[in-house]
Amino acid sequence: MPATYEPIATTTLGSAASSITFSSIASSWTDIKVIIVATAASNANFAFRFNSDSGSNYSRTRLAGDGSSITSSQNTNQTELQLTSSFSIGTTPVMRTLDIFSYAGSTNKTVLFEEINDLNGSGGLNKQVGLWRNTAAITSINFFAQSATNFAAGTTATLYGIKNA
Amino acid sequence: MPSTYTLISSNVLSSSAASVTFSSIPATFTDLVLRISSRSDNTIAASTIRLRFNGSSSASYSETLLSGSGSAAVSARSSSATYMFNAGYFVDDANGATANTFGTTEIYIPSYTVAQNKPLSGITAQEDNATAARITAEAGLWSNTAAITSIEIFSNYNFLSTSSFYLYGIKNS
Repeated sequence: MPATYEPIATTTLGSAASSITFSSIASSWTDIKVIIVATAASNANFAFRFNSDSGSNYSRTRLAGDGSSITSSQNTNQTELQLTSSFSIGTTPVMRTLDIFSYAGSTNKTVLFEEINDLNGSGGLNKQVGLWRNTAAITSINFFAQSATNFAAGTTATLYGIKNA
Repeated sequence: MPSTYTLISSNVLSSSAASVTFSSIPATFTDLVLRISSRSDNTIAASTIRLRFNGSSSASYSETLLSGSGSAAVSARSSSATYMFNAGYFVDDANGATANTFGTTEIYIPSYTVAQNKPLSGITAQEDNATAARITAEAGLWSNTAAITSIEIFSNYNFLSTSSFYLYGIKNS
């Protein structure tokens, strides 16, 4: 059986940075997955785009819980997908995961992503589905700050490839 | 490029046990994945699954969850608890559930050796073709900067024979 679930690239920030980019992603896999453990110097919002596309080609539906209430909402025709649509990133390490299916196929691209953001008495979790209405293969993913606050040093992002054969 | 997602250790119970512990977890991976198929001897349909890291029972575990029972959804949290999943929604099947049904659980722990507090994600499902069912997604946090070297999985009852526990390591390079 061929090897699958392979690390493609990883970044651990040695100093604060406004963005993290995985570029030149080969089409060698079937699906790709990103695991991020992030902090920021103060609460801040972050987003991501595929192939540097800033057109209004993104949409998402979310299901979030904050420990007392559940909310679900939808946003259409967005110019990016939010890493922090429900919970900002601050000084406590939090986790983000993206599962992108058939990223090299010729249909629009679906991504399941989650915000794991428990802060011992606050925060919560958010399960989302995103859609990028573009039939191009995904060759780059750019995570970026939406304000002056950057990803803090020590933030780690890893891209994995999963192959079906 | 190396393949990853490597089995570190497993335990398939040959008799009932109150807990399962993976110890001496090597620091050679980046992330950990724990996959469990379990059923307990509680007389009702469900029993809670709980974790402790490094044998610590200090009040350092917290969680926020989304849970659905088939008729209602809830978000709840637990803070400064002495074990993970103290809120009581992270459950597997028990003896009150349909025979031969087991709960299914996955827990992902990223950056388990990094000297920072440890976030984790979890999901568990207890489905038994009856009214007593539940699915729960969790955001957890262990407020401890030590590398995780052991994981104890326990319940408020005993895990039954054939319950299985698998610990995998994922490496980012």
